[in-house]
Amino acid sequence: MSKQITIPFGPQHPVLPEPLHLDLVLEDEKVVDVVPTIGYVHRGLEKLVEKREYTEYVYIAERICGICSFIHSQTYVQGIEQIMGLEVPERAQFLRTIWGEYSRLHSHLLWLGCFADSMGFESLFMNSWRLREHILDDLEATTGGRVIQGVCKVGGVRKDIAPEKLDEMLKGLKGLEHELHDLTNVFLHDSSVKNRLRGIGKLSSEDAYYLGAVGPTARGSGIAIDIRETGYGAFGKINFKPVVEHDGDCYARCAVRANEMFGSIDIIEQCIKKIPDGPVDMKVTGAPDGEYFSRAEQPRGEVIHYIKGNGKKNLVRHRVRTPTFTNIPPLVTLLKGCELADVPVIVLTIDPCIGCAER
Amino acid sequence: MMEPQTIVPISVGEVVPKAEQAKKDGYRLVQIGCTKIEDNFEIIYVYDKDYKLINFRITVKQDDEIPSISGVYWGAFVYENEIHDLYGIHVAGINIDFKGTFYKTTVKHPFSVTITKEDDACQNR
Amino acid sequence: MTYLAKSPWIFHYDASSCNGCDIEILACLTPMYDVERFGIINTGNPKHADIFVVTGSINEANREVIQNLYNQMPDPKVVVAVGICACSGGVFRECYNVAGGIDKLIPVDVYVPGCAARPESIIDGIVTALGVLEEKRSKNIHSKVVTDHERPERHNHAQGGAQ
Repeated sequence: MSKQITIPFGPQHPVLPEPLHLDLVLEDEKVVDVVPTIGYVHRGLEKLVEKREYTEYVYIAERICGICSFIHSQTYVQGIEQIMGLEVPERAQFLRTIWGEYSRLHSHLLWLGCFADSMGFESLFMNSWRLREHILDDLEATTGGRVIQGVCKVGGVRKDIAPEKLDEMLKGLKGLEHELHDLTNVFLHDSSVKNRLRGIGKLSSEDAYYLGAVGPTARGSGIAIDIRETGYGAFGKINFKPVVEHDGDCYARCAVRANEMFGSIDIIEQCIKKIPDGPVDMKVTGAPDGEYFSRAEQPRGEVIHYIKGNGKKNLVRHRVRTPTFTNIPPLVTLLKGCELADVPVIVLTIDPCIGCAER
Repeated sequence: MMEPQTIVPISVGEVVPKAEQAKKDGYRLVQIGCTKIEDNFEIIYVYDKDYKLINFRITVKQDDEIPSISGVYWGAFVYENEIHDLYGIHVAGINIDFKGTFYKTTVKHPFSVTITKEDDACQNR
Repeated sequence: MTYLAKSPWIFHYDASSCNGCDIEILACLTPMYDVERFGIINTGNPKHADIFVVTGSINEANREVIQNLYNQMPDPKVVVAVGICACSGGVFRECYNVAGGIDKLIPVDVYVPGCAARPESIIDGIVTALGVLEEKRSKNIHSKVVTDHERPERHNHAQGGAQ
């Protein structure tokens, strides 16, 4: 048996914008065991329900993560609305769906950029982030915030989008789609990218399913889990198909995200065509009494907000199970047996969002 | 409106058989979560298949020991270590047992105690 | 400050931020905002860095990491706290695991408020830091080594663990 050495990876690592620590046990250049350590971002925000009223807590829920911010607040208010039996105006549901898909676009472009950076493809990183600014401009124009929007509230949304702006967004997306084709063409067909990604970090579909993988990590291995199919928000009135790849390697997970962006653009276009007129919020009185598992599809996969109230203004429990948290066991499996040089690329393909995972 | 959900109460001894049954029926583990209600701790196991959730709830005291389902669902270790660190409930037989080092917190088992509001809003440590 | 002798390198660490400020710092490096036109480069190594950019507040796990990174930086060094969490703890100041702003642990020279801090204000903060850096260099100011040894109580859940 050759000698084993342990190499620490993180918490401060050039590839990761966030602190994740892995102890990699190596035999020569091969990783034989991985022990993840988390807790560098653990704030304990779930405990704040004891100090904040359920309506104020939307701000905290949104700040679980700065990338998936909008969908976190959407999932939280959905759960509250379900417990209280509120029928949210249709227009608000469509607006939430539009903003949610914009968040997905910005998150995927962000990820593609960071991923290109992890491969050493600097110009691709810059290009992805250049396109992402168009998305952020539209988000800022309609909500007032670039990354933290603060536009969701219990019973609806805070802002409406004027019909002229919706038309302008539609035109902007048409132009963006063209540029996205050029960008994803490099990710999907460039020979150097393919050589770097093909056959690395294979996750079988059985492993992906039973280890709890969600989102693009699962869909890259042929598991078609996409919570948007349950029809929350306005997804019940929209036609779309989850993007699924079957190879289970790094390339497949990259391809899922690259292709999903076009799906998001299509969903936004359908929403803008079908959006009804009407109010965007409603008056809410009382407090939630009951419990519910509210689910939504984030850019990284399925998120669950468990909400339990007892009829008082402060909730009893708010528990968030984020996609990155459940993607940790698949990551550990993926890293066993890979080469040390592939570790940063494989870690990035699950799109780790530590702020989410540790709350 | 989304579909209603039910949570089935089970005993501690049924946790592992129910997990085995769920895996046999093709369910995936969605999450394990804990809630403190007065002196009791409710632990909810959630499984999903084709977007249908099934939920099982056990109610335990803090010094009770609960069995691990990581022998059935390998990935359950993240949830079980979390429950141990944040609530102080002992989980027997986890496949990757961090022995209390998964989370590092200022307050020991923070979710098992009520933290009183201090004079200064900021914790100042 | 009109003239810089050397190109300043920044070094970013995410303490317990929600990512909002981190991605805005990354956005500063990309074509839309492009801080490289000022000669500012993001590095991954504290020993190469002049400016330490911290987002998020201090918690139990990362305080040693922050101290360690700060002590490894060569003099002169400037600390920029980006985002309201790094300045004071922000919305999370009442969380049990949040100790407050970065200045509870290491000396901070420039505060950039905002949730999330906008790229424009981050660039403004870093350019302000350049002035502080130049001043520290001309006066030959040495920063103290930061330690946390006086802290009496530390909790961890391990029985007799090494943590």
